[in-house]
Amino acid sequence: MTGEIGQLALCLALALALVQAGAGLWGARAATSTSLDLSRHVARMSAFGFFAFIALAFGALTFGFVTSDFSILLVAQNSHTLKPLIYKISGVWGNHEGSMLLWVLVLAVYSAVMALAVRGGARLTSAALGVEGLLAAAFVLFILFTSNPFRRLDPMPFQGEGLNPLLQDPGLAMHPPMLYLGYVGLSATFAYAAAALITQETGSHWARAARPFMLVAWIALTLGITLGSWWAYYVLGWGGFWFWDPVENAALMPWLVATALIHSTLATERTGAFRSWTLLLAIAAFSMSLTGTFLVRSGVLASVHSFANDPQRGEYILVLLGLAIGGALALFAWRAPGIEEGTSFEPASRETLLLLNNVFLTASAATVFLGTLYPLLLDAVTGTRISVGPPYFAITFAPIFIALLLLVPLGPRLAWRKGDLVGALKLLAPGAGLALLAAIVIFAIHAPHMLAAAGAFALAGWLIGASIVDFRERWKARGAGVQSFASVLAHAGLGISLLGIVGTTLWRSEALEVLAPGQSMQVADTQLRFDGVTPRQGPNYFADRATLEVIRNGKQIATIAPEKRSYPAEGQAITDTSIRTNGFSDLYVALGDDRGGGRWTVRAYVNPLAPLIWFGGAIMALGGLASLWGRLRPNAVRAAPAE
Amino acid sequence: MTPKQRRRLAFALALVVAGAGGAALVLGALKDNVLYFYSPSDLATKHVADGVAFRIGGLVAKGSVVRGPAADVRFVVTDGRASVPVEFRGVLPDLFREGQGVVALGALGPGGVFNATEVLAKHDERYMPPEVVDALKRSGRWKEGEQ
Repeated sequence: MTGEIGQLALCLALALALVQAGAGLWGARAATSTSLDLSRHVARMSAFGFFAFIALAFGALTFGFVTSDFSILLVAQNSHTLKPLIYKISGVWGNHEGSMLLWVLVLAVYSAVMALAVRGGARLTSAALGVEGLLAAAFVLFILFTSNPFRRLDPMPFQGEGLNPLLQDPGLAMHPPMLYLGYVGLSATFAYAAAALITQETGSHWARAARPFMLVAWIALTLGITLGSWWAYYVLGWGGFWFWDPVENAALMPWLVATALIHSTLATERTGAFRSWTLLLAIAAFSMSLTGTFLVRSGVLASVHSFANDPQRGEYILVLLGLAIGGALALFAWRAPGIEEGTSFEPASRETLLLLNNVFLTASAATVFLGTLYPLLLDAVTGTRISVGPPYFAITFAPIFIALLLLVPLGPRLAWRKGDLVGALKLLAPGAGLALLAAIVIFAIHAPHMLAAAGAFALAGWLIGASIVDFRERWKARGAGVQSFASVLAHAGLGISLLGIVGTTLWRSEALEVLAPGQSMQVADTQLRFDGVTPRQGPNYFADRATLEVIRNGKQIATIAPEKRSYPAEGQAITDTSIRTNGFSDLYVALGDDRGGGRWTVRAYVNPLAPLIWFGGAIMALGGLASLWGRLRPNAVRAAPAE
Repeated sequence: MTPKQRRRLAFALALVVAGAGGAALVLGALKDNVLYFYSPSDLATKHVADGVAFRIGGLVAKGSVVRGPAADVRFVVTDGRASVPVEFRGVLPDLFREGQGVVALGALGPGGVFNATEVLAKHDERYMPPEVVDALKRSGRWKEGEQ
């Protein structure tokens, strides 16, 4: 029954999305205020209804997973009665069809919030709801025609096939919803930008209306990428945190463009500068999230994300991508001449720094885009299979990003329109001092002496030092509210993450040995004594658990227990690494192959500063939250846009 | 020029400079830093110099896996027509099995042995690396590898 309820709810939701699109866009062109109010009202009610029906469909599918209803094909293929409850629930989006339903659920939430939102004029809201309705309808159609999660299986099997064990992990249960909250949040921004172009209300107030959605999307993307990177670090057993894998790039590109967007919007809101550019970026940001969805969902890339390869799905998303981007760009080209630019600014001003921020961020996004799509293009055209790896990104992405990071501290210290560059540099002198100190210390203690290492630490010192200065200045004028600390937090988080990346890249120690019980291995200053492997049974897996004593300076300080787990239902095995962290350095141990006679391969790393990578990501997200907090307090909106 | 025009010009110039710089970096990097994929048959017909990094893929030949005393492993990658011996020091992926698809990253060393720095197997039972599927199809051995 639940399957049929879900199916019916999807069909009704499709009808409501079409009503929302029609009414919303009709409202945008309405001649009288009564017909505008009526259309907007219908669009808003449809958005609420759409949310209710999608929630019902999602609930029905979740119910199927929780009760192990194997008469639903998707549940039979991706679930198992012995799976713990949390993974039965996360199994809903641990597959293509269910994850697309999650995508639409998130879209429905944003649509409903847009319908509730009070900011932006009636005409703009109406048009934005219309555009969002079009997107909603397109994705529901995609689900119904190519990815129906409610397909039946007859006869019904006694047991399901289970979920990929790599996905049975708390970090990964959270990662897709977080990332989708980001991807889809950019659809709301896109809808407001398109609405501004349709209604020709291209002033600042569309940006003000879209800004909370942009911030939520950016925070979610930041957290989603951080979670994904953390998951890769402890699950894959290689000790790496970023692989420049195309699916990672698929999330990084929207993040880079969204970061550019939240910065250029600051100027658009405040002084009316970059009006057309901000509109274009809003379109580009959502295009990047559609591109990401295409890359990950179409099966053109091979990864843990490509569940099943069906070329039809890829084609559908590609057509949708073309229509959305093409339509929006055509609209932009048509309206652009009418867009008024705001007041002018001097070369030394915050606007100039925001402009440079945008140039560097979009250029870095473009290099990632080319590196990710070039192999696909080459394969499609010539049939030559190549892959583009870390060396490419080290040459292209890194220099652009370093140039950006050098300029980051200046922006917040320059005034709008006409700033005092010398004054700002004087003020930031302590930051430069910290950078110099970091460079000298690192150059002295690190052998062999490396200028690149010293430079990288100097850059992190510059970011963190300048954030401290910025904090001090903003604390003096703290009447402006929480949001004035947004840039302090976001920029400091960037510095902290950089510190983690540089530290672990430079100082990582690695050891790989075959050990018999009683034997020891050495990694950095730590000795690991192998006490053998014992079998253990989990809820839905069997594990070989190794016990290793951690010995430092002749003293035994801890016991760690990495595992190898095999999942009989899925016929798979995974490595469960064991990480011991003190907040500044990780001891990371993974169990390798069984070499017979009680001997096992053990791989161990010491990763100094590694935890700072994810800690920095969380701080950056907190910065986003601070900015959002200021926006959502209605009386604070007008009073203090002093970011 | 009005301030507005000046600003537009500055913006356009900045974009052009950044775009040109980025394009130069990208082209240079793409020229020297892409990894080609070869099947064992490709390798037999093409001459690839020792020490040039590339990726190789196929099936792990049955009975070819020999584990050394330290953490080193030797095995043979085959696509049914040609085969290449591979040496690797490290932990093999959890789903590394004889008779199944594998992709290895590394370079040829003396004696035509492929020294792998990284070995990738499939993520789950239903999935085979697409390059391997392709290589097997080309050598006409696809169905055997499908299992």
